Amino acid sequence: MKASAFSYARATSVVNAIELLAEHGDRAKVLSGGQSLMPAMNLRLISPELIVDIGDLTELRGIAVTGDRLRIGALTRHVDLLNSADVAKHAPLISEAITHVAHAAIRNRGTIGGSLAHADPAAELPASMVALKATIIVEGPAGERQIAAEDFFTGIYETALEVDELLVAVEVPVAQRNSAHYFSEFARRHGDYGIVGLAAQAVVDGDILTDLRLAYFSVGDRPVLAMAATKLLNVAVTPAVLLEASETLGEELDPQEDQQASVSMRRHLAKVLLARCVATLLGRPELSAGEVL
Amino acid sequence: MTSTTTNPETLSVLDRPNSYIGKTVPRPNLDRLTQGRGLYVSDMELPRMAHVVYLRSPYAHAKIIGIDAAAAKQLPGVIAVVTGPELAAVITPWVGVLTHLKGLKSAPQSAIAIDRVCWQGEAVAAIVATSRAVAEDAAELVAVDYEELDAVTDMRTALDPQTPVIHASLGDNLAFERSLDAGTVDAAFAESDAVVEAEFVFGRHTGVTLEPRAVVADWNPGDSRLTIYQGTQAPHMVQNIAALHLGLEESQIRVVCKDVGGSFGIKVHVYADEMATYALTKLLRRPIKYVADRIESFNTDIHARDHRCKGKIGVKRDGTIMAFEIDDITGIGPYSMYPRTSAIEANQVVNLVGGQYTTKNYRARTRVVFQNKNVMCQYRGVGHPIACSVTEGLVDLAAMKIDMDPVEIRRRNLIADDAYPCASPSGLKFELLSHHASMDKLIGMMNYDALRAEQAALRKKNIHRGIGIASFIEVTNPSAAFYGVGGAKISSQDGVAVRLDAQGSVICQTSITEQGQGSESLTAQIVGSVLGVSMGKVRVILGDTDNTPYGGGTWASRGAGIGGEAALQAAKVLRRNVLDVAAAILQASPAELDIVNNAIVNLDDGAVRIELRELCRIVYFRPDTLPPGIQPELMATRHFVPREYPFAFTNGVQAAWVEVDTDTGFVKLLRHWVVEDCGTIINPQLVDEQIRGGVVQGLGAALFEKCIYDERGQLTNANMADYLVPMSGEMPDIDIGHVVSPTFETELGAKGAGEAGTAGAAAAVSNAVNDALKPFGAFITEIPLTPQVILSALGRI
Ligand SMILES: Cc1cc2nc3c(=O)[nH]c(=O)nc-3n(C[C@H](O)[C@H](O)[C@H](O)COP(=O)(O)OP(=O)(O)OC[C@H]3O[C@@H](n4cnc5c(N)ncnc54)[C@H](O)[C@@H]3O)c2cc1C
Repeated sequence: MKASAFSYARATSVVNAIELLAEHGDRAKVLSGGQSLMPAMNLRLISPELIVDIGDLTELRGIAVTGDRLRIGALTRHVDLLNSADVAKHAPLISEAITHVAHAAIRNRGTIGGSLAHADPAAELPASMVALKATIIVEGPAGERQIAAEDFFTGIYETALEVDELLVAVEVPVAQRNSAHYFSEFARRHGDYGIVGLAAQAVVDGDILTDLRLAYFSVGDRPVLAMAATKLLNVAVTPAVLLEASETLGEELDPQEDQQASVSMRRHLAKVLLARCVATLLGRPELSAGEVL
Repeated sequence: MTSTTTNPETLSVLDRPNSYIGKTVPRPNLDRLTQGRGLYVSDMELPRMAHVVYLRSPYAHAKIIGIDAAAAKQLPGVIAVVTGPELAAVITPWVGVLTHLKGLKSAPQSAIAIDRVCWQGEAVAAIVATSRAVAEDAAELVAVDYEELDAVTDMRTALDPQTPVIHASLGDNLAFERSLDAGTVDAAFAESDAVVEAEFVFGRHTGVTLEPRAVVADWNPGDSRLTIYQGTQAPHMVQNIAALHLGLEESQIRVVCKDVGGSFGIKVHVYADEMATYALTKLLRRPIKYVADRIESFNTDIHARDHRCKGKIGVKRDGTIMAFEIDDITGIGPYSMYPRTSAIEANQVVNLVGGQYTTKNYRARTRVVFQNKNVMCQYRGVGHPIACSVTEGLVDLAAMKIDMDPVEIRRRNLIADDAYPCASPSGLKFELLSHHASMDKLIGMMNYDALRAEQAALRKKNIHRGIGIASFIEVTNPSAAFYGVGGAKISSQDGVAVRLDAQGSVICQTSITEQGQGSESLTAQIVGSVLGVSMGKVRVILGDTDNTPYGGGTWASRGAGIGGEAALQAAKVLRRNVLDVAAAILQASPAELDIVNNAIVNLDDGAVRIELRELCRIVYFRPDTLPPGIQPELMATRHFVPREYPFAFTNGVQAAWVEVDTDTGFVKLLRHWVVEDCGTIINPQLVDEQIRGGVVQGLGAALFEKCIYDERGQLTNANMADYLVPMSGEMPDIDIGHVVSPTFETELGAKGAGEAGTAGAAAAVSNAVNDALKPFGAFITEIPLTPQVILSALGRI
């Protein structure tokens, strides 16, 4: 398990990084935290000829609030998200989601840019971005592009990034007064990718959900924004309403089967998460028990 | 977490001032290892050393039509590409059978496949290069032309007439079969008030070591000797096997085993790729290093436990167990492993089922079949987890059927503590066990009644918790009955040599080995205690066939019981010798003297007469001052092997407390208790941590670990992301208690403790999960208990 030989360049600026990528095309790979790239190279699943290390690009690091936007630089490490007061205040969904990402050692190196660019359909951060209506900011030879998170993830390990583009930052709208969130996943062990997970962002007005974005992960080839949420908006949620939403969810999800879970198990767990999410958001534990599953 | 001991026995030789026996003392190798100064084979570098990578078959079963290595040989840094037929010139094939396992058959296995591969991962060529990375590059350039053959993968159909036979010369795919019929089983079932049957299914899994298997083999043509540096549990066994197949005398081979990064039975075997590495150094006349990577470890380190066992129990309404019956089958891969064979686990299952209970009616059959999967062999706990899960699962089923508390039914059937010595229906001889004392202690530790009350209260809140109990017996301290009688050159005796240096420090050479379980520590504790020397002055040398007495090594929970007794006896002789010399110097009688705290003292008043250091100075440098006729002998050697009992059986009982989320199928391990009786406890912390580590491996089997093969014989989860090892986040607190019933076959009285945890942990968890699921009418007899398995059993998906 040794990577095959490769060349290495340490980018001196974003522009330099983009030049290197433009020059080498798909034979080059960006190195960020290395927590997904290095294992893949060591397993010889990929053998890039050139590694473009962006570790020195301090302009890609950091968390800042401007107006009603929270901006997170691509090189911001998972551990920085975990410890950030700004993130906890303005996007608490991320603070919660990040505790489920891998283990401390990996969180100390892995970055948000790497996680989003890697686009593992089982990863927590991509779904959280979709739930939060984030904008992904990328830069290429032609300049900057802003891509809605919903459009950014296009398949298993596939994104809207061009080979010569660099993911530079993400921006999420800061949490509003009635914002609420829910994050949960079913993983066999702490730190594992979840079998099924849910990142949800909502606006709760009294006991009514006036907005609800349910971003599921590990149930498809990319984060899945569940339309079932619409069944729960602006109505008094009764077990019958929840059951209908749950059935809609079951119909719209088309999850894959793997060693951890069959298709029907994934559907079932997604429904469990829906019930628990709604029960938590509305503070009504009785909704998560019983027939809605 | 607690650790408590009842009725500690005191033992004459060991019950001395400053004794280290029964005390938690830090291990001597702790600083070295924690400072990163250990020496693992993976870290070794020798001059002119080359690295070998084995190109492995992607097919479970295929003919090798041709191998084209021309391009690989051209790559700069490549030293050689060697195929099976080329290597066969220097090493002979082997057959993994033992004569006492009657009828066991297997086919000749080569170091590198000759013309056919029989499992995905079998080596087809060796690529030797100046670095592992270059060798991996070259491996990608070797073109192998395969013709895929039908793979035999399902053990249930391996014996069907329409299933292809893997080795034509053997006639069928049956490696071994054993049947046993003791007592009057049919009559006992007929007399039973209830008879329950179930099929227990065990996932194939493996022992995941932190350091993979690693070898550096160095053939030195100058002195016609081969030095093998290897992380192995049994250096003399490796010496014997390597010599046999390379056509050398054993004296031409030195096996050196320094620090080993975990073993668990994985490193007690001789693997084809290790044999190939020994052969390559002979062929290429330079040191060759082989370190398995994680993927090939999954594909080639022995697997274990892949059993399907039908079980039947008959019980009276009063709880009396009338009979046990089992029909077990296991698939072991394409070859019986060398040299310990792959029939031992199945054989153990037959031996052990029901062994803790009084019923004499027991019928068993096991069949061991070949398949095109990785080889299976002995891994920590060999057979015990299966026997325990089947026995204890059946007992719980019986208890449920007659509506009796699981603890109560066990109390009514466990062999009484005063019934020893006695024997099991399968002929196992028990010297002294403590099932009832252990159960009583466990019930106290876990506060059983309070836990039952809590369970009932929570059930009303839709929280489903369960209690699982599993009592077990365990084979330790094996005599020659294990391997020697079957013709394997695996020593069951061990030797220890102790000597004093010129400053009164002790050098101790032992044939047992250290892989983290504390062999070094327990040896130093025993020698220090018996001699009256502080532990810091005892240096223990292990793992070197040139520099230790001949012996078996460390496996089957034998290090402390056998190697420890040899250390005790050797230290006793040395002590006598020292006192003889001291008496001559001091003009006293040896009987009036003792050694305490590195000095010769008066036995009666403890007054120091002469420092040991001074005595050694006189002996080594001024023997002229000694009285005439005295020839001091400051070195002593003793060997030991149990002769009276083929095995020193131990016993114990475990309990698990779990919560099942019936919506998701997830199991949370809340707490685990173990009461275990390993006889004399030399180092309580080492024993407790051995048990905890063993429990964790059992919990891995219960919930997480499984080698998942597809129907074509492809191992589909050969990586650490998909093969789930138990991790600390999911582990419960594990409380340990002891009952002490020493074996009287040795002065030390120690039995083994290394495998007890693994023996019963999965059974306790399964029983606990089933206890939790009782209101749902589900009873699961399959491990690992994955969410998928549990949700399916609950009918939720
Ligand atoms: C044992 C283990 C467990 C893990 N568990 C989880 C988990 O539970 N959940 C989870 O989400 N992740 C998990 N991960 C992955 C981890 O979160 C990674 O850190 C993350 O997926 C990638 O981030 P990185 O900074 O390490 O990126 P790298 O590994 O450096 O790069 C990943 C990919 O993204 C590309 N890339 C990186 N940065 C950019 C950029 N700025 N612009 C364009 N392309 C870029 C790289 O070229 C590469 O293809 C785990 C990893 C390990 C080793």
